[in-house]
Amino acid sequence: MGSLQLKSVRKSFGPVDVLKGIDLDVKDGEFVIFVGPSGCGKSTLLRIIAGLEDATSGSITIDDEEVAAVPPAKRGIAMVFQSYALYPHLNVKDNMGLGLKQAGTPKDEIERRVAKASSMLSLEQYLARRPAELSGGQRQRVAIGRAIVREPKLFLFDEPLSNLDAALRVNTRLEIARLHRELKATMIYVTHDQVEAMTLADKIVVLDAGVIQQVGSPMELYNRPANLFVAGFIGSPGMNFVDAGRMGVTDAKTIGVRPEHIALSREAGTWQGKVVHVEHLGADTIVYLESEAIGTLTVRLFGEHHYAVGDVVFATPSADQTHRFDTAGQAIR
Amino acid sequence: MSKARASLSRTTLVHLALIGYTLIAVFPVFLTLINSMKSRNAIFRNPMQLPTAETFDLVGYTTVLGQGDFASYFQNSFIVTVVAIALVLLFGAMAAFALSEYRFRGNTLMGLYLALGIMIPIRLGTVAILQGMVATGLVNTLTALILVYTAQGIPLAVFILSEFMRTVSDDLKNAGRIDGLSEYAIFFRLVLPLVRPAMATVAVFTMIPIWNDLWFPLILAPSEATKTVTLGSQLFIGQFVTNWNAVLAALSLAILPVLVLYLVFSRQLIRGITSGAVK
Repeated sequence: MGSLQLKSVRKSFGPVDVLKGIDLDVKDGEFVIFVGPSGCGKSTLLRIIAGLEDATSGSITIDDEEVAAVPPAKRGIAMVFQSYALYPHLNVKDNMGLGLKQAGTPKDEIERRVAKASSMLSLEQYLARRPAELSGGQRQRVAIGRAIVREPKLFLFDEPLSNLDAALRVNTRLEIARLHRELKATMIYVTHDQVEAMTLADKIVVLDAGVIQQVGSPMELYNRPANLFVAGFIGSPGMNFVDAGRMGVTDAKTIGVRPEHIALSREAGTWQGKVVHVEHLGADTIVYLESEAIGTLTVRLFGEHHYAVGDVVFATPSADQTHRFDTAGQAIR
Repeated sequence: MSKARASLSRTTLVHLALIGYTLIAVFPVFLTLINSMKSRNAIFRNPMQLPTAETFDLVGYTTVLGQGDFASYFQNSFIVTVVAIALVLLFGAMAAFALSEYRFRGNTLMGLYLALGIMIPIRLGTVAILQGMVATGLVNTLTALILVYTAQGIPLAVFILSEFMRTVSDDLKNAGRIDGLSEYAIFFRLVLPLVRPAMATVAVFTMIPIWNDLWFPLILAPSEATKTVTLGSQLFIGQFVTNWNAVLAALSLAILPVLVLYLVFSRQLIRGITSGAVK
């Protein structure tokens, strides 16, 4: 239980088309992440799945049941919001139990589920507190707990980590990954952070301008991006794009090379360039080159390397790890 | 260091201005209070003087409480004010919620239409209102006053509350929808508690003009049974002779209930249970 099908879902706000025909198939138990720049329609899509927003056209089925006319509470979903959205006047326990209470679940069943969820999230000692008395991380755990107790077919996460600081973000990310393993539930997660997408997802859906650019596992997207947008969006630092003509390649318009697939040498190599900036991250060293032949180039080296601004170096892309794109920006395979 | 000093002189100036304003605002009330406790001669001879042993005289209060049915006037004023505030808050908040929460055709126009009432004084429609009240047989009832005051208060209430309701987190309302709360439950249980400070503001702004109004009680409900305090006090103002002791005493007494109502609402203004709902 917990599959989702979207068929040519469109959404327009007046003359503006936010979603231009989305087709997607989510299998039971999958962790699917919608990722894309802000304004790409990913949150709108999530809200349409939740029933908070009506699709202009298209069909949405959850477990083979058409849900377009079903109100959010009856769709068998639970949602975790970026701003936590806890009820300020209720304590943690009642926050988690409200949905079940509204659905008429017996009291002892509510008790049991709240107890289970709170032990899963180590929230037991906070059950009597109000949201105002909790820290940001605890609030987000309560919001996740509120979703768990409903035992939904679909978990929807709307940028749940954006309001947390960096350390908490990593912890909560691990927590969500653990929950997904334990609950084996279908989860749909929206984020603009590609690190979250890469680390959590079974399947990533890359959206841009209301259109799905590519669907695939994290490594598929990394290794075989379908077009320039996906190639540039996935991976950090972003892929280098070089005009194919400048490299003497004739059967493509653009050549893409990931920064980590370039070797640097002081003696010899394909492209000569001058170091314009170096970032030392400990595990990595990021070198920015300015090359007369091909323009700016980002190179990611593993470990510590001592290059200084102004050094003249040679960069060599590893031959079997370049990506070719045609004039329309589509990958050539 | 210099920043701290600058802000000190700044706060001093701000406080001076506020104290000055307070003095100006409170002075008429103060004058009313001290003169209500003086003999008639003393009121005219030394209006600024505090009541002394010689001039102290409660004749105003005895007149007010003895003559006319002031308890009933107070009751009338109180009923009219409280019911009108309740209706203004209820309907104003509901309209504001609809305007701020739902997208529908003509939303902005509807908002403007409702806000027009702030700019056009309701008294311009007195004749029509009176005709309507006569036709419906509501003249000389408190209902007439309540209806008029509700209409008078709603535009400002909608205006202020819809602005505040826009600030209530959408996520919170959506969380309620997913948890199966009805739109009414979302309105009453999630949104209203969060805009309580704004509700208190609206209540105070609505209350004062209603309590002080002379116009509509005089026109719509001048009968003995429906007189309000403000109208009742006019009993002592004659064309030729005015019983100032009684007028001042009546006005002093009239401050009390409205002060109580104000204290009730202002407590709401500073309540802070709403923090921590959303980041």
